[in-house]
Amino acid sequence: MDIRNPIPTNGGDWLARFQEIWKKQVEILQQKFGDTIEEVRMPPHAPTDVPVIFVKKDQIVEVMNFVKTSPEFDYNFLADITATDEESDPRFEVVYQLFSYTNKNRIRFKVRVSEGDEVPTLVSVWTGANWAEREVFDMFGVRFKGHPDLRRILMDVRWQGHPLRKDYPLRGYQLFTEAEPVDPGLLE
Amino acid sequence: MTKIHLPEGYHLEHDPDDLWGDSRIIVNIGPTHPAMHGALRMVAKLNGETIEKSYCEFGYTHRAKEKLGENRTFHNFIVYTDRLNYCSALINNVTYAMSVERLMGIEVPERCVWIRMICCELARVIDHLICIGINAVDLGAFSYFLYGFHQREEAYSLIEKLSGARLTTSYTRIGGLMADAPEGFEKELKAWVKKTREVIDEMDRLLTNNKIWKIRTVGVGVFNKEDCLEYSYSGPNARAAGIDMDLRRDQPCMYYKDVEFDVPVAQNGDVFDRYLVRLEEIKQSLNILSQCADRLKKGPIWAEDKRVRIPEKNVVHNTMEGLIHHFKFFMTGFQVPAGEAYTSFEAANGELGFYIVSKGGSSAHRMRIRGPSVWHFQGLSSMVEGEKIADLVAALGSINIIAGELDR
Repeated sequence: MDIRNPIPTNGGDWLARFQEIWKKQVEILQQKFGDTIEEVRMPPHAPTDVPVIFVKKDQIVEVMNFVKTSPEFDYNFLADITATDEESDPRFEVVYQLFSYTNKNRIRFKVRVSEGDEVPTLVSVWTGANWAEREVFDMFGVRFKGHPDLRRILMDVRWQGHPLRKDYPLRGYQLFTEAEPVDPGLLE
Repeated sequence: MTKIHLPEGYHLEHDPDDLWGDSRIIVNIGPTHPAMHGALRMVAKLNGETIEKSYCEFGYTHRAKEKLGENRTFHNFIVYTDRLNYCSALINNVTYAMSVERLMGIEVPERCVWIRMICCELARVIDHLICIGINAVDLGAFSYFLYGFHQREEAYSLIEKLSGARLTTSYTRIGGLMADAPEGFEKELKAWVKKTREVIDEMDRLLTNNKIWKIRTVGVGVFNKEDCLEYSYSGPNARAAGIDMDLRRDQPCMYYKDVEFDVPVAQNGDVFDRYLVRLEEIKQSLNILSQCADRLKKGPIWAEDKRVRIPEKNVVHNTMEGLIHHFKFFMTGFQVPAGEAYTSFEAANGELGFYIVSKGGSSAHRMRIRGPSVWHFQGLSSMVEGEKIADLVAALGSINIIAGELDR
């Protein structure tokens, strides 16, 4: 018993409702973007709730723009941006959760990125991607190319290291005796 | 922003938009200001009373919940979910339990689901009451807040009967509940629903058409449909701007398919519309609550799954096997099969999501919490640009930022 046997009271009808749509969408993406789509993990064969589509990192903005605007996809709501530390090479996977509030459908995109590499920013597609990407940078140290304001967001600006990396200790406290300074440059 | 029109031929030494002769000041609003609803800060550049530019900061109550999620067992993490949105802790509990159950393929019994739905709607009513009440207090309508506050205390008494705690409930368990609802709970719930309906009507009559309230809220803090989609607004804030989206209806989980309720949608996306949407949602939640109370039947509250079932105390105290089971459960935890799922639910503020990646261990490989407040707070700077500083307080109160969920 795992995610491959969805339970009726929580997403049990998703496969019946969306499987055909997902298959069609993946086909369209593979036709249009070809090699850019690195890998597709499709439920119920893979242990995931919605299809996971791995995209080459340089084309992520193009793909996201396409799935946001084209009528067959219409994934108009950016639910979340986060990352995972896979402790292998490439080290990080940046995860984009999308939702279509018109079709009530969800999908997940992932981008593999090595340590020190940059991912193009999604701020041009969704303005709201700004803070989520800042958080990924803060927590994992993944940098976003073209991001307008890539500062730390939850941790102090003087913080050393990236707390959600697997090699960061659980009690890696850092204490500051002075408050974080106001940056008047941000008000220009 | 107020534009000053100068007579022709008139020449000013300084910038005509600068009302006070280049005396712009930078004001730190928060992190401990009473109007900021928690430890969050806004740094604003003011021209007179008008906010020209601002930026928001948070993270003052960051408790590394996502890191803890990777280092605690799935059972241990339940208590941390209370402290996300502490105004509606029960919704967090339920959503977290659902997301782990989904990864494990566990289905909970009918009575458990109905009680969980009651929990969610009770918490939603409390959250909305506090939001509109505090919003009114910020704008000077203090007695309005007290009307709602009394019913909120009564609701907390109901929650206390369920879980033994008022604020940080930790009521759900993976595959069940901490305890069954007591005898006669439905009756008390129905009496509370009846009383709250009256109180909500009274509150509606007291404030909705009040002239001062309307002047302070209509057309203030406008965030239209396009802005809302750009900034991923969800929940009542998005519905106030005309986005017809409610995950209870659009992505039904539990038994939301079987109950009747309407989704209120407004058009303008200002503070007043957010207030109206929340007020109407309280009424709809009360409808759902009375339907749930009708359909609550006797039965088991635990899923019959040995992996997650916490052994009964008499078994633990009287048998060796029970004691071992108990010890293993709490010391090492149960294992969740490898897989990943993003489980989201319509929390009081919007889409609350848990993205859990499991690699087969007893704690998560990645525990991501998507709190709606982060996305709502992000839009605040552009929402209040060019508005008066007093309107910032109205706008901030109306989008209901909860610092616990913001900082995680």
